Amino acid sequence: MNIVVCIKQVPGTTQVKINPDTGTLIRDGVEAVVNPFDEFAIEEALRIKERLGNAVIKVITMGPPQAEEALKSVIAMGADEGFLISDRAFAGSDTWATSYTLARGIKSLGAVDLIICGKQAIDGDTAQVGPGVAEMLGIPFVAWVRKVEDVTETSLRVERMMEDGYEVVEIPLPGLITVVKEINVPRMASLKGKMRAKKAVITKLTATSLSADPEKIGQQGSPTQVLRSFVPERKSGGEKISGEVPDLVNKIKSAVLDLNVIR
Amino acid sequence: MGINVDLEKCIGCSLCVRACGQGAISIVNKKAIIDLEKCNLCAACVEACKKYQAITITKEASGQGKNIVDYKNVAVFIEQRNGEIAGVAYEMLGEGRKLADQLKEKLIAVLMGHGLRQKADELVKYGADKVVYFDSEKLAAFQDDSYAQLLSEFIEAEKPAIVLAGASAIGRSFIPKVAARVWGGLTADCTKLEIDTEKRLLLGTRPAFGGNLMATIICPHHRPQMATVRHKVMKAAVRDEGRTGEVVVHALDGTDIAIRTAVLDIVKDVESTVNITEADIIVAGGRGMQKPENMACIKELAEMLGGAVGASRAAVDAGWIPYSHQVGQTGKTVCPKLYFACGISGSVQHMAGMQSSDYIIAINKDPNADIFQVANLGIVGDALEIVPALTTAFKEALGK
Repeated sequence: MNIVVCIKQVPGTTQVKINPDTGTLIRDGVEAVVNPFDEFAIEEALRIKERLGNAVIKVITMGPPQAEEALKSVIAMGADEGFLISDRAFAGSDTWATSYTLARGIKSLGAVDLIICGKQAIDGDTAQVGPGVAEMLGIPFVAWVRKVEDVTETSLRVERMMEDGYEVVEIPLPGLITVVKEINVPRMASLKGKMRAKKAVITKLTATSLSADPEKIGQQGSPTQVLRSFVPERKSGGEKISGEVPDLVNKIKSAVLDLNVIR
Repeated sequence: MGINVDLEKCIGCSLCVRACGQGAISIVNKKAIIDLEKCNLCAACVEACKKYQAITITKEASGQGKNIVDYKNVAVFIEQRNGEIAGVAYEMLGEGRKLADQLKEKLIAVLMGHGLRQKADELVKYGADKVVYFDSEKLAAFQDDSYAQLLSEFIEAEKPAIVLAGASAIGRSFIPKVAARVWGGLTADCTKLEIDTEKRLLLGTRPAFGGNLMATIICPHHRPQMATVRHKVMKAAVRDEGRTGEVVVHALDGTDIAIRTAVLDIVKDVESTVNITEADIIVAGGRGMQKPENMACIKELAEMLGGAVGASRAAVDAGWIPYSHQVGQTGKTVCPKLYFACGISGSVQHMAGMQSSDYIIAINKDPNADIFQVANLGIVGDALEIVPALTTAFKEALGK
């Protein structure tokens, strides 16, 4: 089976700080990591490979040159080959243009049976690219997969997470699934894996090599634009009190009753 | 297209350098220089330089071949499960009505299912000027293929300027497919929707970076402009018996609907009787509760108040409570009217999941706990003592 996993390199959010003078985000010195949801995707691909006994796992990402590091770290986990789609022409891409570009990248990889994506990226938080890529490739798609119950060379039976439970869905291949945190626990890269990753040669793909339509990539191809970005008004913490338990309890009780939210 | 630094305005203060997530800016001879190879036009530097306004991004008109003026009206996708209209759909009708009124255009509700004619008629009472109802057995249960196909066909036929949908499991699954198919601009998980009446544009504001950054998005050259909104963020439409409108029924025999996936089973999660994302009151416990047994007092307070039980990741990872109760970036995002954070220190990821709650009460022994930054009422004390005492106090006060 030919499996493709799409990943994204994102800033590690824990280190996002706000500049107190300007109120803007300070992102210098922030470590870049593989989007956590994509690690679940890679892990599931590795498990499917183990279940079937045979598969090739290709990892693809669209990003600036440093995204190569992200590809290498998942090769270290066990993925077979890495592909970096990187080109100034892609700058300013929104989710539509990204879906188009990734789809073109995947098309260039030859026969693909299964594409696995993480539910969303923790910087953009849109969850739009997985379904977007499926649409661009014209293949069936299931979102929020929390378990792959059964896998054959021609179909998958998965559990799709809903708000109040889950649905069991059968998806024919080639197909695309996006996965959620509940699906597995990603493995750590082994020393052997890390050494392999160090030597891995990443294939670079550009707008030209993908024959990308210039009208559909980068800012040109993006229907949405950021008008402005801003740091949300932080609730500056309200009252902070300490004291004897009975007094604190009374204070809380009256605050809650005033809200009039208990039915 | 591009980004430009006005060298006369730039004073080399390097605020832009620090705001750039791509490391694309450096200061050379006291002026900011942007490496176009690395820049992804995210505009963080433009925002950082708001004092001097030295950085501008020039946006090129993208030709799409669609005539923007052909697109009118606000359409709302009405989600239903098992024949019941989802709460978020009423909220989208309420919000859609406001937007339609500002544009002085119509509100159209789009419903898909089987045997729902009465529900379709009802939608008029909730503000829809027109209801388009697709009826087929094949549409009774949600499937990405069928719903995406019909909504896309509706968009091609009716040409709505704006399409709204709930950001539910269903909405977040198929709406991006529709946006991809029709080349519309989709902004997911909006917390605020506005109209620029001069330019007749939808402004969608949404959180990024787990809520640490807000972005206002526009879709100037493509149609439709699309937005999804989570449940309980907007106000529901109020029923008005006097409202009249048109209901158009498309009874389909199903042969034109192509579905590739098959739903084999639907399993309801019996364990959580109150879905925490629906709850108006949540009492959450964290590592400060110290032992799994102590989560019982969290549960008791929640029950006394008629609310749901939440938990921090620490409590879930420790096995004290199932994952369905986890609040935070990798758990659920909630915005109840009242949120109790008990023995929760307030990591950035936890706060991302609850900071938009209307009223937050935090109880923690550590006066420097981060959770106090978002709490309306901060109690420095031992949750293990205070929570049970609160339950008793409410029991009396509520006469239970």
